[in-house]
Amino acid sequence: MTETLTYTRKDFQSDQEVKWCPGCGDFTILASIQSFFAEAGLPKENFVVISGIGCSSRFPYYMNTYGMHTIHGRAPAIASGIAITRPELSVWVTTGDGDALSIGGNHFIHLMRRNVNVKLVLFNNQIYGLTKGQYSPTSEVGKITKSSPMGSIDRPFNPVSLALGAEASFVARTIDMDRKHTMEILRAAYEHRGTALIEIYQNCNVFNNHAFLELTGKQIRDENRINLEHGKPVVFGPEGEHAVILENGAAKVVPTASVDPSQIVVHDAHAVNPSVAFALSRLSHGPHGPTPLGIFRSVERPVYEDVLQQQIDTAQEKKGVGDLDELLRSAGTWTVE
Amino acid sequence: MQLAGTRFTSDSALFGNDLATFPNFPAEIRAPAGTVAGVSSFQVQIADFDILTPGDEADVLVAMNPAALKAHLKGVKPGGMIIANADAFEPRNLKKAGFESNPLEDGSLDGYRVFAVPMERLTKAAVADTGVSSRDALRSKNLFALGLLGWIFTRPIDPTIDWLKKKFASRPEVAAANIASLKGGYNYGENTAAFKHTFHVRKAALEPGEYTNVTGNTALSWGLIAAAKAAGLRLFYGSYPITPASDILQELAKRRNFDVMTFQAEDEIAGIGSAIGAAFSGHLAATGTSGPGLALKSESVSLAVSIELPLVIIDVQRAGPSTGLPTKVEQTDLLFAMYGRHGEAPLPILAAKSPSDAFDTAIEAARLALKYMTPVILLSDNYIANGSEPWLLPDLDSLPDISVPFAVEPNADGRFLPYLRDEKTLARPWAIPGTPGLEHRVGGLEKQEVIGNVSYDPANHQLMTDIRAWKIRGIANDIPSLEVEGDEDADLLVLGWGSTYGPIMGAVRRVRKDGLKAATAHLRYLNPFPANLGDILLKYRTILVPEVNSGQLRHLLRAEYLVPAVGLNQVTGFPFKVSTVEKKIREILA
Repeated sequence: MTETLTYTRKDFQSDQEVKWCPGCGDFTILASIQSFFAEAGLPKENFVVISGIGCSSRFPYYMNTYGMHTIHGRAPAIASGIAITRPELSVWVTTGDGDALSIGGNHFIHLMRRNVNVKLVLFNNQIYGLTKGQYSPTSEVGKITKSSPMGSIDRPFNPVSLALGAEASFVARTIDMDRKHTMEILRAAYEHRGTALIEIYQNCNVFNNHAFLELTGKQIRDENRINLEHGKPVVFGPEGEHAVILENGAAKVVPTASVDPSQIVVHDAHAVNPSVAFALSRLSHGPHGPTPLGIFRSVERPVYEDVLQQQIDTAQEKKGVGDLDELLRSAGTWTVE
Repeated sequence: MQLAGTRFTSDSALFGNDLATFPNFPAEIRAPAGTVAGVSSFQVQIADFDILTPGDEADVLVAMNPAALKAHLKGVKPGGMIIANADAFEPRNLKKAGFESNPLEDGSLDGYRVFAVPMERLTKAAVADTGVSSRDALRSKNLFALGLLGWIFTRPIDPTIDWLKKKFASRPEVAAANIASLKGGYNYGENTAAFKHTFHVRKAALEPGEYTNVTGNTALSWGLIAAAKAAGLRLFYGSYPITPASDILQELAKRRNFDVMTFQAEDEIAGIGSAIGAAFSGHLAATGTSGPGLALKSESVSLAVSIELPLVIIDVQRAGPSTGLPTKVEQTDLLFAMYGRHGEAPLPILAAKSPSDAFDTAIEAARLALKYMTPVILLSDNYIANGSEPWLLPDLDSLPDISVPFAVEPNADGRFLPYLRDEKTLARPWAIPGTPGLEHRVGGLEKQEVIGNVSYDPANHQLMTDIRAWKIRGIANDIPSLEVEGDEDADLLVLGWGSTYGPIMGAVRRVRKDGLKAATAHLRYLNPFPANLGDILLKYRTILVPEVNSGQLRHLLRAEYLVPAVGLNQVTGFPFKVSTVEKKIREILA
C-alpha cells in the first residue's frame, strides 16, 4: 500500500526564525529547496541536511528535517558517513564557496571521486559573508576586500571545473533568482544516484552585491546566459546569434552565422568522457561574460555504498555470516587443563 | 626476523608456554640493510609460569648480521648465548655496523657463549634440491635460524611446516625451500656437538581453558566487532592509515562478512567525520588513529561532545612530539586525551593494559559511549598494539548486553525534544534519521537545555557546560571499583595505567617474593577515575606512578586528590624493564 505524500513547502519549514540579512539570496534558495523537498515524493523523515560553517550552513536549522550543523569544511565527510550507512536516506550538504572550496577543498574533491550518494549544494557568492567580507576561493583576481586592500592575488577556483576534474558523476550550475531552473536542477540531482554538485550563484547583497549582474540584469542577461540542455546545440543570445564550437579542444564563442551548424557543440551531459563538459566550464570564470548554466554532466557510475554493500554480501556468501567464536580461534588455540 | 619471531611465538604458544613479545622495527620501510639503524628485531619471552613482559635481558640473541649484534648485544645477559650468522660477518658488513675487527674472532664476546654458524652456506646446501634460485634460497635463512632455535628450545617445528605449506600453497617450490631450510636448522642443532645443552621450557601453569595468541591491534578490532554484536548494531569504522593504528583498519576491512563497514578516509578529519555521520545515523561508530591524528581529529571530537553522539575514538599512542619515534612506544597522549579540545569538552577515557585486555576495553568503551551518548577515547599504545600474549578466550555467550533503544516516538506532549535527558545517566535520546515525527537538528552551536534550539543565553551555556561535565563525572558510579593487589599493610602503592601493567606487576611480585611489602593497582578508567580512588590513595604513605611519559597521570592525581604522588618516568621509546621498576621500589622501601 503506497501512501500518497502530499507535502507543502510549509512542512519543511522549521519553527526557527530565519536570520539572514534582508535581501540575501539564501532566502530564495531555502524556498526552492523546501518546495522541491515537498514535491520530491520521499517521506519527510528520510531527508537529512548537513552543513559546515558559514551563512549558508545555518540552513539545517531552518529545515524541518533531520539535520546537523557541523564543522567548517567537513560536512562532506560527515554526510558520507550517513549516506554510506543508510542508503535509503536522501542526504544533502549545504555549503558555501569558502566552506567547500577553502577549508573543505580536500573533502570536496574526495566526495566527488568516491561517488557517495550525497547532494552537495554549493552557494557561491564569491565572498566570505559570515566573517564579514574577505575574498573567497572563487573571488576574481584583483578583488578589493578587507583582507585584500590592493586586490586579491589568488587565482579563483571554478567549482564546476574542479568537480569535473575530480570526475564527479553529476555537475550542474544554476542561479538563486531563477527558481524554476533551480527546482529543475534539484530534481535532476535528486534523481541521480551518486554524488551531485549543484553550484548556485547566490547574491550577497551586503558584501558582494550585484556580483551576478551579468546573468541577472535585464539588459544583459540574455547576452551572457548559456542554457545547457542535453542533446541540443549550444547556442545563446536573444536571437540565438552566438554559438559554441570546439577549437583545439577548447570551447569558443563564435557568431552562429559564421559556422556550419555541424560545427556547433551538441551538449551531451551523458558523455562518459568529461573533456567536453570541462571545456564548456572554461567558457567563464565566475559569472563574467557568457556563462553556462544547467547540467554539465550526468553519468551513471558505481555508487560507493552500493559497492560496499556488494562486498559485504559477497563476503557473506563466500565465507558465511561471520562467526565470532570461529574468528577468535582462527590463529590456532591450545587448551590448558 | 619478524616472521621468524612470530612463528617461534606461535609454536611456543601451541606448545603451551606463557609468552610475551615485543617486535621492534625502524620507521623506514627499507632502512639500509646492514646498518644499525636498519635492524629489525623481535623479542620474545617464553616461560612455564604466568609472565607479564617480553623480558628485560635476553638469554639468547640470534644475530643475522654484525649490525644486529651491535644493536642488541647490550640487551643480552652476561654469559648468555649468541648465535651469529657467521657468513654475514664479512669486512663490508662489519664496517657498515662500525666494527673495527670481527667480534666473533677478536675475543670481545668472551663473556658470552658464542656460536658462529655459517647460516647462508648451510641454508644454500639445505635447499639445493628444491630448485629455487640461490637468491631465493638465501631468503629462507631466517627459517634456518628458526629451525635451530626450535631444536635449542625443544619446540616442535611441525606447526610451522603446516603453516608454510598453507601459506605457499600456490608456490610449492618456495614452500619446499622454506621447509628444507627450517629442517636444516633443526638438524644442524641436533647433529653438531656445538650446543652442549638445550632449554626445556615446560608448559605454563595457566588458568584452565582455551587459549590463543593475540596482538593488541587484533584484539581491539575483534573487541569492536564483539561490541557491535553485543549492541545489536552494525559497526562502522572510519579511519586514515597511521602507524601503529593501521592494523585495526586492515583487520576490520578483512571482516566484511561480519557486516563490518570500513571507510578509508582522505584524512584524519574525514575519518572521524564519517564516523560521526555513522553515529548520527544509528551505528556503532568508531575511528582509530595515533597521536598526530588525534590532534587533527580534535575539533571533531569537540563536535561529538557538543552534539552528544556515541563514538569510540582509539588512540594507539606512539612517541612524539610530532612524528617523533613513530614505531616506538610512549604513554604521552594522556593529557591530550584529557584536555586536547577547545572549550570545555569532557569525555570518558579508558586504557587497555595488555594485548588481550584490548578486547574487553573496546567493549567497555562502546558500552559507555552508547549508554551515555558520548564520544569515548580508548588509549592503547605501540607496545600493546604489536606485542602479543596468550589470551584465555572469553565466553561470547556471556558478553554484556550493551544495546540502547533508539527513540521512536515523541517524548514531550507530542513533541520530540532532542536534549531531554535520561534522569539517571543524563544521556539524551538517540533518534535516528528515518524515524517519522522525530525530525530534529543538532549542531556545534550551544543548544538550549532540553529543547535543543540554538541558544546564546548566558545562564543556559553555564548549565549546558555543567550538565556535560556532570554526565561524564557520573560515569564513576557505573564502573568497577579500583582493586588493590598485594599487602594490605604496605606503605607503598604502585599505581599504573595502560601498558605499564606488565613491568609494574612483575616488579611488585619480585619484591614481595623477597618479603618486602608493597601494593599495586592499575587504572583502566582515567576519566572519570573510579569512585574509590581517592580513598585508596589516602591509605598509603608513598604512591609511586611509573609512566612512559614525564608524569601525566601523576599530574592528574596531584591535581584531583592533592596527594604527593612520586613518579618513575622514562621516554626512551622503549617500555619499562621489570628491573627498572623493581629498583625504584627497592629504593623507596629501603
